[in-house]
Amino acid sequence: MFDPHVPHLAIIDKRVQESPTIFSLRLQYEDTDRQEAFEFAPGQFNMVSLFGVGEVAISIVNDPEDSHFFDHTIRVVGRVTKGLEKLQPGDRVGIRGPFGRGWPIDEAMGQDVLLVTGGLGCAPLVSVIRYLLRRRDHFGHIHILQGVKHADDLIWREQYEAWSKDHGVNVLLAADVASRDWPWQQGLVTELINQVNLRLERTITMLCGPEMMMLAAIAQLRELGLADHKIWLSMERNMHCGYGQCGHCQVGPHFVCKDGPVFCYSELADFFGAKGF
Amino acid sequence: MPARDNRRPAYISRSSLQTLLDRLVSAGYACLGPTAKDGAIQYQPINNLNQLPRGLRNDQEPGHYRLRQADDERLFAWNHGPQVLKPLCFAPQEVVWQERQTESGMSVKQSMPATKPTAVIGVRACDLAALKIQDQHFMRKDSTDPHYQARRDQLLLIGVDCAESAQTCFCASTGDGPALDGGFDIGLAELADGFLIWTASARGTPWIEELDQQPATDDQLAEMLQATENAAAGQSRHLPNEKKLTQLYQRLGHSRWLDLSKRCLSCGNCTSVCPTCFCYSYEHHTAITGDSAEVVRSWDSCFSATHSEMGSFQVRSGIDQRYRQWATHKLAGWQEQFGRSGCVGCGRCISWCPVGIDLTEEVQVILNEGSRDV
Ligand code: SF4
Ligand code: SF4
Ligand code: FES
Repeated sequence: MFDPHVPHLAIIDKRVQESPTIFSLRLQYEDTDRQEAFEFAPGQFNMVSLFGVGEVAISIVNDPEDSHFFDHTIRVVGRVTKGLEKLQPGDRVGIRGPFGRGWPIDEAMGQDVLLVTGGLGCAPLVSVIRYLLRRRDHFGHIHILQGVKHADDLIWREQYEAWSKDHGVNVLLAADVASRDWPWQQGLVTELINQVNLRLERTITMLCGPEMMMLAAIAQLRELGLADHKIWLSMERNMHCGYGQCGHCQVGPHFVCKDGPVFCYSELADFFGAKGF
Repeated sequence: MPARDNRRPAYISRSSLQTLLDRLVSAGYACLGPTAKDGAIQYQPINNLNQLPRGLRNDQEPGHYRLRQADDERLFAWNHGPQVLKPLCFAPQEVVWQERQTESGMSVKQSMPATKPTAVIGVRACDLAALKIQDQHFMRKDSTDPHYQARRDQLLLIGVDCAESAQTCFCASTGDGPALDGGFDIGLAELADGFLIWTASARGTPWIEELDQQPATDDQLAEMLQATENAAAGQSRHLPNEKKLTQLYQRLGHSRWLDLSKRCLSCGNCTSVCPTCFCYSYEHHTAITGDSAEVVRSWDSCFSATHSEMGSFQVRSGIDQRYRQWATHKLAGWQEQFGRSGCVGCGRCISWCPVGIDLTEEVQVILNEGSRDV
C-alpha cells in the first residue's frame, strides 16, 4: 500500500479560502480502496504535486479518524502553492505520503499540554489541537498560545474563541501590532508564557512556527525549569523526496522528513538555531 | 595491508582475462571497463583487453589529474577516474514518473529504466565500500528505490586490488582499501605477469570455473600481499578515526570554515565525483503540448544554491555553511545515519577540486588547531 515513489491521484472535493493567502483543500484519493486504507497521525505530511509544476510538503490537518477524505491547509508562498491556489473542486493533484513522525500523542496522554505557535496559520499545530480537543478527556489542562505579527493575520479567529469557550482551553493570543478590536495582548508570544500557570512536572509542550520564535520560547521554557525531553517542535526544511533519501531536509544527522518533522528538543539541541543547519 | 577477505586465488595468464570477457559478452552482458578517454580513466563498453589502459599510471594531486604512460603491460596500475559505480546504479538524471492529462482526468505512470546484465571490470576496494553505503541508503527496508534496485540487481562486479596508490588516496586510514574486502563477485590481483583470480560470490563462481587456471604459487601469493601492503604504505594522507571525526560537530564555529569560503567555488565537483554522495532533486518538465509532463530526478549537491532553499531564503546561503554541511555530514552525520563515516578515502574530491582543496588537510586543521572560534 505505502509506495513513496510515485504519486497517486486525489480529487479536490472542497475548497475554502481561509484568508487572502491561505486556503484549505479537502481531498479524496481517486482510488477508493487507497482512500479507505489511508492512515496518518497528526503532524505527518503529504507531498502534494501539481501537474507539470512541482511538489510541496504539506501537513495533514484533519482528524485521523476521518477515513473518507483528508485536508490540507496551504499558504501561498511559491510557484507550486500559487498554482495549487487556482485549483477548484473536481481538479486533481498527486499525493505521496503520509510521511514523517507526528506529534507525541502517547506521551501527552494524561498530561497538561502547552501549545505555542507564531506566524501565519501553523498547520501542523492546528492538526494536533483538533486532535486533542476531540479527545478532551484524555488530557489535563490545555493552553494554546498564538502570536501573530498583525492582528489581521489571525485566521480561524472564531475557532480560537470557540476553543476557549467550549473546551475548557486556555487560549492566549498576542499580536505585535494590535488593532482596535483586538481583545488580547499586544506583544510577543513569548510574553504569554509567563501568564500560564505551568504544572512543570506534568506538562508537555508542542511548538510550531518561525524558528526565532521557537528558539525564544524554548529558552524561556527551559529557564522556567521544563525538561528538554518535554519540549517538542515541528520543523520545516526544503523537501524533495519525503522519505529520507534526497538529502535536502537534513539538520545535522537528522532527516526532517523521516526522523521529524516533529522532533524532541533534546534530539535537535546541538543544531537548532545554529545558522546554516 | 594484507588481503582481508577469505580469498583462495588461482593463477591465470593476462590473456585468459580475454576469455572471461568473451564469455560475458556472449552471455549477453554489457561489459564496462576502464579506458583512457579525454585524459582520464572512464568506464566504457568494452569487448577486448586491448581497449584497457595498458601501462597507464595516474598522477593525482590536489586539483590535478594526469595519465602517464609507463613501460609495462599492467592493465590496472592506475587507481580511478572521476566515476565508476555510482552513476551505474544511481543515475545522474532519469525520469521517475510521467503524468498525462486525459479526457477523464489524469494518469500517473512510474517510469522504470531499461536494464541489462552488466559486468564492471576493475572495480577498487574504495568504490565497493562506497557502493555498500549507497546500497544501505537506496535499498533501505522501508523504502527501497525501485530505479536503483533495478540497476543494482544487474551488476556483476569484478574487483581488483590496488597495487599502487595515487598521491590523493587515503583508503588505508578509513579502512576501505587498498585490498579488496567484500562486495564483489570476482576478485583479481594483478601480478607482474598475469593475475590471481578468485570468486567471492555464488554469482561469480560459474564465470571463472572454466578458465585456464593454475594453482597459485607461494611466490605469487606473496607478490599479491606485498602489492597491497606497498600501496597502503605509499599513502601519505589520512583521516582521523571516526570517533575523532564526530568532534567536527563541536567545531561549527571554527574560523577555517570562513577561510574555506574564500577558496571554495561552490561548484559541486567534489559531491559529484564522491562515490557516496546521494543528494538528488526532482524537477517537473511539461511537454510543449501541455498535456503531459515528466518528473526528472537529477543528482543535486549541498553546494548548489537551491539545495537549502526555503521559499524566501536559503538555510545555507554562505559557502562556509555549505562546505561545513558537506564535511560534517560526510564525516560525522553519516556515522549516525549509516553506522560509519561517509568517506571511503578515494581522494577524488581532492583531485577533482578545481582549486585543490584537500579534505584531509581541512579536517586536520579544524580538529587540531585550537578552536579559533569566530
Ligand atoms: S569525501 Fe572525497 S575522499 Fe571521501 S569518499 Fe567522497 S570523494 Fe572520496
Ligand atoms: S570543495 Fe572544491 S570541488 Fe567542492 S564545491 Fe568547493 S571548489 Fe568545488
Ligand atoms: S525530503 Fe528528501 S531526505 Fe528529507
